[in-house]
Amino acid sequence: MTTTPDDGTAVYGLLAEFETADGLIDATRSAAAKGYSRMDGYSPYPIGEVADALGFPRSEIGAIMFIGGLCGATFGFLMQYYLNGIDYPINVGGKPMFSWPQFAPITWELLVLTASLSGVIGLFVLCGLPQPNHPLFNVPQFARATRDRFFLCIEATDPNFDLTSTRDFLDTLKPLSVAEVPE
Amino acid sequence: MATVIEPTTTPAKTYSAATQFAPHPEGLVGGNHDLATLGDKIADVSIQVTPTPRAWWLFFLVGFTLLQGMVVGVAYLLYLGTGVWGINQPVAWGMAIINFVWWIGIGHAGTLISAILLLLHQKWRTSLNRFAEAMTIFAVMCAGMFPLLHMGRPWLFYWLYPVPVNFAAWPQFRSPLCWDVFAVTTYFTVSAVFWYVGLVPDFAVLRDVARNRLQRAVYGMLSMGWRGSAIHWRRYEKLYLLLAGLGTPLVFSVHTIVSFDFAVSIVPLWHATIFPPFFVAGAIFAGFAMVIWLAVPLRQFYGMKDFITDKHMDFCAKVMLGTGLLVNYGYFCELWMSWYSHSIYEWDTTLQRIWYGPYAWAYWVLILTNALIPQMLWIDKLRKNMYVLFFIALSVHIGMWFERYVIVITLSRDHLPSSWGRYAPTEWDYMLFIGTIGMFITLFSLFVRFVPMLSITELRELLPHAQGGRDGHAVMENAK
Repeated sequence: MTTTPDDGTAVYGLLAEFETADGLIDATRSAAAKGYSRMDGYSPYPIGEVADALGFPRSEIGAIMFIGGLCGATFGFLMQYYLNGIDYPINVGGKPMFSWPQFAPITWELLVLTASLSGVIGLFVLCGLPQPNHPLFNVPQFARATRDRFFLCIEATDPNFDLTSTRDFLDTLKPLSVAEVPE
Repeated sequence: MATVIEPTTTPAKTYSAATQFAPHPEGLVGGNHDLATLGDKIADVSIQVTPTPRAWWLFFLVGFTLLQGMVVGVAYLLYLGTGVWGINQPVAWGMAIINFVWWIGIGHAGTLISAILLLLHQKWRTSLNRFAEAMTIFAVMCAGMFPLLHMGRPWLFYWLYPVPVNFAAWPQFRSPLCWDVFAVTTYFTVSAVFWYVGLVPDFAVLRDVARNRLQRAVYGMLSMGWRGSAIHWRRYEKLYLLLAGLGTPLVFSVHTIVSFDFAVSIVPLWHATIFPPFFVAGAIFAGFAMVIWLAVPLRQFYGMKDFITDKHMDFCAKVMLGTGLLVNYGYFCELWMSWYSHSIYEWDTTLQRIWYGPYAWAYWVLILTNALIPQMLWIDKLRKNMYVLFFIALSVHIGMWFERYVIVITLSRDHLPSSWGRYAPTEWDYMLFIGTIGMFITLFSLFVRFVPMLSITELRELLPHAQGGRDGHAVMENAK
């Protein structure tokens, strides 16, 4: 198990480049079958099969937005009742202080607002963004991950990672190139 | 095969893949593109490789000139107060609310395209959603100007929110005007966030093709270091789908609440249950007219016909025709209900509106521009002629403005003849209105120039498998 090449610099992982999305899907499946677990696929557009093969079948965003929306709606509803019914009671057309149907629109709007914002914040926090720099950006061909190439990176922290054997394995997947990613 | 990406400055760049592909089965993408050429064609506008068309300067300068009208109009308004407008009793709202509803209605088509059509698996939305969402955001900004300035002291706008300050009074949450504040604020925030989330991967594209350090730094920051990781994509798509799912009822609720501003009152012809669906249909009608107005120059001057094909324009025209019919049903329903209800106030107000009132002409302008002229869209040949389509969209813009005018002007003759009055906008009303049009044109021109005007990521997914894509947006399948 080597994570340091001969010149002594640390390695983040090995990056294989593929020409098609299907190539990346097949490669990810083969790598998963081979027992690699610390890896990630990179593509110009989302490919659900890659995430499935990486063992990430379900994201956390739904739960985050549900909780966020629930908190926002509850808070919004109670806020309206407290402010207009208890703290500063306003009689509007003789309606009861707890005229809940009239609190529905703002409750709904706050539900949408808090659910959306918690989802967006959740996305960026979970993905560790903003992260302006990343070891992968050191590999010149990785600029095409936003263009027309598909990449699979097996990371050095993987228990099965070995600079030579992993490279040999990636070569069997018929990539366009395999590159060492300097840390 | 493997070409080196190097920035090119040759203006006569062709955007066409080396291999010849079969035409798109549904006619949604033209121009023989693969992943790289598609991205280049859109990205090159933002990174200033594509020379700026002369028409862009025309639009921008006209918009920027009109924007000065807003500066002057607002300055004078703040100096003297809302009395410079034509509003008075009994028409206390006037152009402020007409323009507010007009603008916010235009905005709604953006959300319809990006959210509702996504949920409905409509692949053709992919070419339109980016600039339609930009349209939404800018239109809501223009709309917001009017209630804000109508308050008289706009610097105290925060009184509308439940801010714990020391005057110990709270907003009145049982009022539709208060709901409006929350609805519009939420709508603006969610639209902006949805737009930005969609833009993050596209900013990453721009970062990677940037031509200089400044572009790389700015787009790099905006992209937040997005690197297209499969794990990130999975979360991203889930978020995108859920935002669309929330945006769909949101857009209905926003215009419903806008219609509540009228419908919750007891003014004859305002107090109607038809108002919420009628308003929502009108909003989408007006919004598609604006999408057509924006798409035509993008096709013409930026050569985006590859992505906004004739098919797209045809779909937009058909949606406009369909929602137009819903709006016509609303007009019919208003007349029917006032007759059938046997309410003398409703019926007299109706007759004033359509026959012997001082503003009856406005009703017939509305019927002409909003109900009759759009019927031309039934004819295939006219629908496919861009000039005719542009003219019909103009007619809808005028018609939808008059629709709100007719509704608001109802206030001039109420239950009590002794309090009848007239309303005429002053030049300051018009100046502010034209100023917001200038603001919209200015913002949209800048958007087209510096931000990918079409979604690169989603268009790449739309490409057929042979061209490197996934044959249509897969958000519904991938979002987990």
